[in-house]
Amino acid sequence: MRYAMAVDTKKCVGCGDCVVACQTENNVPHGYCRDWIVENVTGTYPKLEIELRSERCNHCENAPCVRCCPTGASHIVEGGIVLVTHDECIGCGACIESCPYDARYPHPEGYVDKCTFCVHRVKDGENPACVDVCPTSCLHFGDLDDPNSDVSKVLKNRKWKVLAPEAGTNPQLYFLT
Amino acid sequence: MKTRRDFIKITSAGVGAAALGFHALSWDSAAAQFIANGDTSPVSDEELTNYPTFCEVCFWKCAGFTYVDKKGNIRKIIGNKDDPHSNGRFCPRGTGGVGMYYDEDRLQTPLIRETKADGTQYFRKASWDEALNLVAEKMNKLRLEHGPECLALFSHGTGGKHFGHLVKAFGSPNITAPSFAQCRGPREVAFTATYGEDVMSPERTDIRDTKCLVLIGSHIGENMHNGQVQEMSEAIDHGATIITVDPRFSTAASKSKYWLPIKPATDIALLLAWAHVLIYEELYDKAYVEKYTFGFKELKEHVKTMTPEWAYGITTIDPNVIRETAREMAAASPTVLVHPGRHVTWYGDDTQRSRAIAILNALLGSWGRRGGFYNPEKVHLPKYPSPAYPKPKRSWKDAYPPGKYNLVSEVLSTGICDATIPNADLDCHLRGWIVYGTNLMASLPDQKKTLEAISHLDFLVVIDTMPMDIVRLADVVLPECTYLERYDPIRTSPHREPYIALRMPAAEPKHETKPGWWIAKELATRLGLGDYFNYNTYEEVIDWQLKKVGSSLEEMKRIGVKKFNREFNDLYFLQDLDDFEFNTNTGKIELYSTELEIEGYDPLPKYTHHEEPGEGFYRLNYGRAPMHTFSRTSNNHNLWDLMKENSVWINPKIAKLWDIENGQYIWLKNQDGIVTDFPVKARVTERIRWDSVYLVHGFGHTNKKLRRAYGHGASDSNLVSKVHMDPIMGGTGMRGNFVTFLKEKPEKEVKV
Repeated sequence: MRYAMAVDTKKCVGCGDCVVACQTENNVPHGYCRDWIVENVTGTYPKLEIELRSERCNHCENAPCVRCCPTGASHIVEGGIVLVTHDECIGCGACIESCPYDARYPHPEGYVDKCTFCVHRVKDGENPACVDVCPTSCLHFGDLDDPNSDVSKVLKNRKWKVLAPEAGTNPQLYFLT
Repeated sequence: MKTRRDFIKITSAGVGAAALGFHALSWDSAAAQFIANGDTSPVSDEELTNYPTFCEVCFWKCAGFTYVDKKGNIRKIIGNKDDPHSNGRFCPRGTGGVGMYYDEDRLQTPLIRETKADGTQYFRKASWDEALNLVAEKMNKLRLEHGPECLALFSHGTGGKHFGHLVKAFGSPNITAPSFAQCRGPREVAFTATYGEDVMSPERTDIRDTKCLVLIGSHIGENMHNGQVQEMSEAIDHGATIITVDPRFSTAASKSKYWLPIKPATDIALLLAWAHVLIYEELYDKAYVEKYTFGFKELKEHVKTMTPEWAYGITTIDPNVIRETAREMAAASPTVLVHPGRHVTWYGDDTQRSRAIAILNALLGSWGRRGGFYNPEKVHLPKYPSPAYPKPKRSWKDAYPPGKYNLVSEVLSTGICDATIPNADLDCHLRGWIVYGTNLMASLPDQKKTLEAISHLDFLVVIDTMPMDIVRLADVVLPECTYLERYDPIRTSPHREPYIALRMPAAEPKHETKPGWWIAKELATRLGLGDYFNYNTYEEVIDWQLKKVGSSLEEMKRIGVKKFNREFNDLYFLQDLDDFEFNTNTGKIELYSTELEIEGYDPLPKYTHHEEPGEGFYRLNYGRAPMHTFSRTSNNHNLWDLMKENSVWINPKIAKLWDIENGQYIWLKNQDGIVTDFPVKARVTERIRWDSVYLVHGFGHTNKKLRRAYGHGASDSNLVSKVHMDPIMGGTGMRGNFVTFLKEKPEKEVKV
């Protein structure tokens, strides 16, 4: 089993609903976020393009945050989801530095926090909160080992990219272009 | 290390990477409290209890459920999958509605304005009894001395219905909402003149099934009208062609096959040139036009010279692009939708622009057709028994000469202001206002006039959940609880299928706040109008109404949303050219409007040149951001996290000319010398034309009680001091204001 998410940049309007839904679902304190929006504008008026991306932890197969964690708090669970065990985290911040996607933040309670792919929902067969709330339905989630999963189907039928492929992390967050 | 806690990161190749939004901040008291409770892990839905509601953060009113944990804390709000407004997917504002409930700056108790011996004024906390007695006393005095017609109600939102009922029972017809004269009014009047029916809310636009969607300045995706955003996304999936006309590269423009970067204030020329191409290339729906329309010959003659080349000189849009886009529309016809927009009070000839849009849709045969405009149905809930309303003897219209605004279908909010300012022709001006759920300082243009009208009032009562700017001007403030803490009227709105939705409380009202129905009923009792509120709790009203349509409060508490069958099978009522008589003078779709002709207006829309900015000035355009609703959400912590201030969008060429850097704070000054109260951040971006600037509406709050929102960003409403009145329906055109830049904090020159 390998969980992955695909973000349809052709449909995302950058509304930030994924960010708020994550906040309320996961009790992310005000002022912090586990997912965020990137708006990339290219060109000059009137020849312009915008790419809108809802970003979060890439749940990398080869995760630098896990490799560099001195206590083993950062770890990979079934389905390839990268998690942080709060009680084992000493808040040293090495993982924050090592992440090429800027996906982690120091939680005010002293540990490092980030997207869990809503593992508490996923283990019950539900989607992450951001996927279920998105008004444009631009987020696709599922098991890459299942060819009939939503994410497998869109990755098969659409062009896609990943971020910072040169980092060699083998990320599991895909962007449909 | 890169900047981390940005909720929104904006990068641009043209001006170098820039990050806007939210910077790392230390955790504040709210977070501290939160953590002290030990609630740092998500809770599974099984441990939560949910209560049906429908959202009140905007007018789309999506139905969903409020989830409450065992301690009684509201944890989240999730859409109801059975609701066609949201399809189970709330927008960021609906999801962030919890922030409205938890906002530490909420109004907590009734407040009464007091004046000290030295003349300074302040608000004193009061009991409900004292505050309600005072309001009732003032209303009674007004009724006895001047007549009940001297009372007006400004209202926005579901709870306003309770106060509308109260004011009608009191005997006044002056009930208004800014949603007409400051928003969709021109569209409703224009479509009614053309088709005998208006566009309604939610709009009867079949975006879901369209093959070609044309947006005239409508920025779907930034205006987060949930159902429309969802349907546009579906249309993208289906491969629909999107054509967006906007001087700004909007999010919708970035999703479009064609973006027409039009010169502001020239849309009518483009619309008429499109009509020209459709007619003279014989691309229009001939059978439809022949069967249903009146005045085609006149229209054909009217647009004869309005070629794409003619329009090019006005709009700066390449004539070939005008032809090509017209042909795209025709190729999709009748499965095409030239969207009527929603906020359409721009330049003062807005009814005529909306007429041109209505005419284009008729030429394309899209009204009453799949992928165009459908025929919505709604459930008609019987009215709860109550005595007949008294017949008012006067109205706000007395402030105008007889016959003016004959086509106005709702009360003009600006008309209420006019009727409040005394003049020789008016035997009695309005003397009391109740303002419910609308921050008039931001929702009305020309703040000077609003303030003048307020200065003539005997009393101003404001009912709100938050200390908005208008609250500062009130004599009495009545704090309502949020929509998550109260019952309200059943939502019944027109859609493809008729649906109803229930709002019920998920928590007790915080502080000393009360539901709107209770406030209205208590006032009514004190005014001797108790018969009009013949119930103990609002649940009785809802249950009575629901039982009349075959449901019950008990059932709705379980399901939240209920679907009914359509009475008539006529969703696409003109699909097969069925016979139909339109509710117009000729019984036809009036391309040539006999109604406008009778009233002395142009029966066919004409392009008129609008004033342009002088040297060093730029047209002020404004719009919406998806995470905020007007000015009402700026202090909501969840949404403030996403966007805490607006910025002024400036084209890089202009920024270079002024030596303004991206991210620099500047002040804006308009053509009347009005300067923004606070500095606003420059967003130097290729997404805006060089002749205009852009602000997201609803920022620059002046009430310090809004501790997060106060002082952040610029108020566009403050800068809209020049109003271009639509002579047909009294709409306030607000896009004819021009601003220049000040790089230093100015001395106070003109203070409104």
